[in-house]
Amino acid sequence: MLQVEHLSYDVLEEGKQSEILNDVSFTVNDGEMLVITGPNGGGKSTLAKLLMGINKPSSGKILLNGEDITEYTIDERAKAGIGFAFQQPPRFKGMTVRRLLSLAAGHSLDEKTCCNLLSSVGLCAMEYIDREADATLSGGEIKRIEIATVLAKQHKLCIFDEPEAGIDLWSFSMLIKRFEQIHKEKQESMILISHQERIIRMADRIMVISDGKVESIGAAEEITLKLFNQEVDSCECRRQKGGELYGA
Amino acid sequence: MELNKVTEDVLKVIDSYGFRQEGAYNLRLNGMAVCHGDSRHIKIVPKEDKPGIDIHISGETKEEQVHIPVVMSQEGVDIVYNDFYIEDGADVTIVAGCGIHGEGCSETRHDGIHTFHVGKNANVKYVENHYAEGNGTGSKVLNPVTKIYVGENSVFTLETTQIKGVDSTERENYIELAENAKLFVTEKLMTDAEQTAVSNMEVELNGENSSARIVSRSVGKGTSSQVFHPRAIGNNLCHAHIQCDSIIMEHAEISSIPEIDAKHVDAQIIHEAAIGRINDEQLVKLRTFGLTEEEAESVIIESFLK
Repeated sequence: MLQVEHLSYDVLEEGKQSEILNDVSFTVNDGEMLVITGPNGGGKSTLAKLLMGINKPSSGKILLNGEDITEYTIDERAKAGIGFAFQQPPRFKGMTVRRLLSLAAGHSLDEKTCCNLLSSVGLCAMEYIDREADATLSGGEIKRIEIATVLAKQHKLCIFDEPEAGIDLWSFSMLIKRFEQIHKEKQESMILISHQERIIRMADRIMVISDGKVESIGAAEEITLKLFNQEVDSCECRRQKGGELYGA
Repeated sequence: MELNKVTEDVLKVIDSYGFRQEGAYNLRLNGMAVCHGDSRHIKIVPKEDKPGIDIHISGETKEEQVHIPVVMSQEGVDIVYNDFYIEDGADVTIVAGCGIHGEGCSETRHDGIHTFHVGKNANVKYVENHYAEGNGTGSKVLNPVTKIYVGENSVFTLETTQIKGVDSTERENYIELAENAKLFVTEKLMTDAEQTAVSNMEVELNGENSSARIVSRSVGKGTSSQVFHPRAIGNNLCHAHIQCDSIIMEHAEISSIPEIDAKHVDAQIIHEAAIGRINDEQLVKLRTFGLTEEEAESVIIESFLK
């Protein structure tokens, strides 16, 4: 179980302390899928990075299965059982897709296992395993490989930051099936940051973050009702005021 | 011939295909050709007027290898001239390279001057690895000179790698391409401490529809310095692409000076050059797999130079 207690994150901007996240608390139970959603710039990706140890919180605690991991480095958190898929993954000159997946798995992967992993994210595996994970791959391809790196290993908690971004509809459907499968098996807890309705509707619970604060958290049925009513309200508002609808 | 452990160990590093005393091969050890063999299609003849060998590769050669490594485990200067005569239609992989094991306080230097005369419709792959080791304070120097004349419709692939340990290198490459000839060059180089490396490469695209792709990747560590100067000259309807990428670390200095000259209206030549430190996002990504920062750095460098 993941417990996040009173997590805050400030940065210094133009000599002033700016609050990115303020007093965020929540839990993710074993085998649970929590979807975090909310307007752009609300602090969702920052929260994901705090959980992975990429950024350090200004205050608060993070506990994984009762163990305080707040001071753990990125690699220590990975070893503790957290997997992370970036919204915009980096590319690696000279590194083959198979090597990247093997590093992710923590051991050398055979061709069959690599192919299965790549197929599960909608890639025609044999075309990719010996290719370099570099700029010759499209944004959608590298994004799917990024997701496969997290699927390459069993984790206690997997964090996916906007897994749908840059992925075509066909691959997205395959991805949804993969997430559903993991969720069904209940072996890994998952945090998905998403604006996508199909992902939001898969959740056990949903947390809405806005302006660095938890706006609401609760069972999926309850929050989706609110969210999609809010969308209708916002559409009304947009129609009336000519404004933009944020988020999804 | 039985080889001592030092020689065998160095050969394991520089001959990535695995050196064996069978087929066509020639081992040069401390300035002397110590063993050699011919194959049905590849004949190696020692030069009479200067140190070195002539390698005659018949047009009937198909997917064959010839290994001509050099090992220096004694101080001194060794200059060798190797000429390759590759007949029309041959398909061959030539594995060369030099390894220095230096334990003394004087300079150990090898200058390998190689000239390739490639006929028509041939396919040649030339793999050259450079490496130095040993606790000696004497500098370990490698100065290869490679001249390649590629005939009509032939393909020449040059893979040159400086693995590590070489204190100073000055590489000179000169290549001429005839009609429909294709050149693929991959140059990889790592320097550390106070090592220096200069690499000059000139490619003359003389023939119609000739093409060249030159990829140079390097890593500079410590206070080492590197200078790259690839130059592509388009004298006909041709295509060339030069790409130089370098990772700079610590206090190293790297200069990359790609040069493209078009002397024909249908010459299309592109160059790209980039120098930068290791990307933080790459480090972070690998650390999310459980690698420490040092392990992640090492994996990135190893992959970049692989």
